[in-house]
Amino acid sequence: MNNHSGKCQRRFYGLGIPGVQLDELAGKLIVVEGADGSGRSTQIARLVDWLETQGHATVQVGLKRSTLVSAELEKAQEGNILSRTTLSLFYATDFADQLENIILPALKAGFIVLSDRYIYTLMARDMVRGIDEAWLKNLYGIALEPDAVFYLEVEPQELVQRNLSKKAALDYWESGMDLGLSRDMFDSFLKYQENVQAVFRQLQKTYGFTIVDGNRPVESLTAELSEKIGAVLAKK
Amino acid sequence: MRTFAELNFSGRLIAVEGLDGSGKSTQIYLLKRWLEAEGIKVYFSEWNSSELVKSATSKGKKRELLTPSTFSLIHATDFADRYERHLLPLLRAGYVVLCDRYIFTAYARDVTRGCPPDWVRGIYNFAALPDLTFFFKADLEVSLNRILEGRPKLKFFEAGMDLRLSTDPYESFRIFQGRILEQYMAMSREFNFVVIDANQNVETQQGAIRKLVSERIDLEYFKRRSPLPLPPAFRRKKKLETEEDMAA
Repeated sequence: MNNHSGKCQRRFYGLGIPGVQLDELAGKLIVVEGADGSGRSTQIARLVDWLETQGHATVQVGLKRSTLVSAELEKAQEGNILSRTTLSLFYATDFADQLENIILPALKAGFIVLSDRYIYTLMARDMVRGIDEAWLKNLYGIALEPDAVFYLEVEPQELVQRNLSKKAALDYWESGMDLGLSRDMFDSFLKYQENVQAVFRQLQKTYGFTIVDGNRPVESLTAELSEKIGAVLAKK
Repeated sequence: MRTFAELNFSGRLIAVEGLDGSGKSTQIYLLKRWLEAEGIKVYFSEWNSSELVKSATSKGKKRELLTPSTFSLIHATDFADRYERHLLPLLRAGYVVLCDRYIFTAYARDVTRGCPPDWVRGIYNFAALPDLTFFFKADLEVSLNRILEGRPKLKFFEAGMDLRLSTDPYESFRIFQGRILEQYMAMSREFNFVVIDANQNVETQQGAIRKLVSERIDLEYFKRRSPLPLPPAFRRKKKLETEEDMAA
């Protein structure tokens, strides 16, 4: 790494992807994390609008969107037949595919990459299911440290309301129904989301991301995020 | 890392490792036939064979989408699926499980492709070690010729073309296989490989393997207590008879 130039702060969390020149990654990687209903997608859409108006080129990535395994992953989840390590590795494959084929090339080309969730959600979901944290840290040691991570934290009770008003139903996985926390989907959703939030708070200590209060009007949230992203872009 | 025996599983796992064309698949097939004939509960599992993951892997290979990291991860996913859904329950139930390739294949191949050894080993550390691992060591030329004679057209990843070792697939394959062999040899002692001289004839190798298996594993213990289920054709016939009885 060109530490002498003083501008190369880029690093992988762990052992990284072989053969990547970190100092060539001129773009910015911005991550928005949060549960379903936390307003991630809305915020990302608004941020893309704002960034492109400002003249920045953007690319969006998100979980389960890889060319390589997204279809297979979707299918396997419908049947709920994968065990936890398998599901975990399947998601890691999906992540690695997008990291190498979209995120890294886009950063190299100077784009701003907006990631709708990142390794933290993947880790939190697995940790809630009892997977070893050290194992996950090694696995996701391939991940690039983002330039900014915002975790939109919304009260589980508020998440329920938002999810129901949007789809009139709760998602099986977002309710953690595979964990057997409760037969009642409503109760299970609340418990599961509380557990995930607790793990996020724990991960925050290691990864130092910004926790943003998501129990707010859309505009006020966008204002805060764009101000913070503006500061990241100005750092250059 | 510990073996299944050390972890008090009632079953035992035997793995075979080696280069393509070393004859290991033939040998494990013959071992399976023998164990079955002895009335032992046997299950056979092959590398890269999980129904769920296979379509993604073959798409990735066909369209040359795979990088060293995703190549590694997709094979780990495949392994985890077989491990959690088949191997673990069967080993709990006292089966002798035969694996055509195990985690050492990933250790050798992924590291040859440039993945950090600690990363690869860390990913697979949910798996226990085999109770017995046979490594089939043939002269590199013998393995190469066996593959190249039978299948004149080499596949992209099989030949290690993704490593850009050579523009000629045959040359690339030779270099790639040579490097994998080096990786295998480097871990042979660490993981107690039983090295079989794969240049010998089939019968000699199989004789040595059967002898070793019966010495290391108390096969009596793994025999089926209950009679085998009836073959499907016979079952159908019986069912029809019962239905006729009921109709009458």
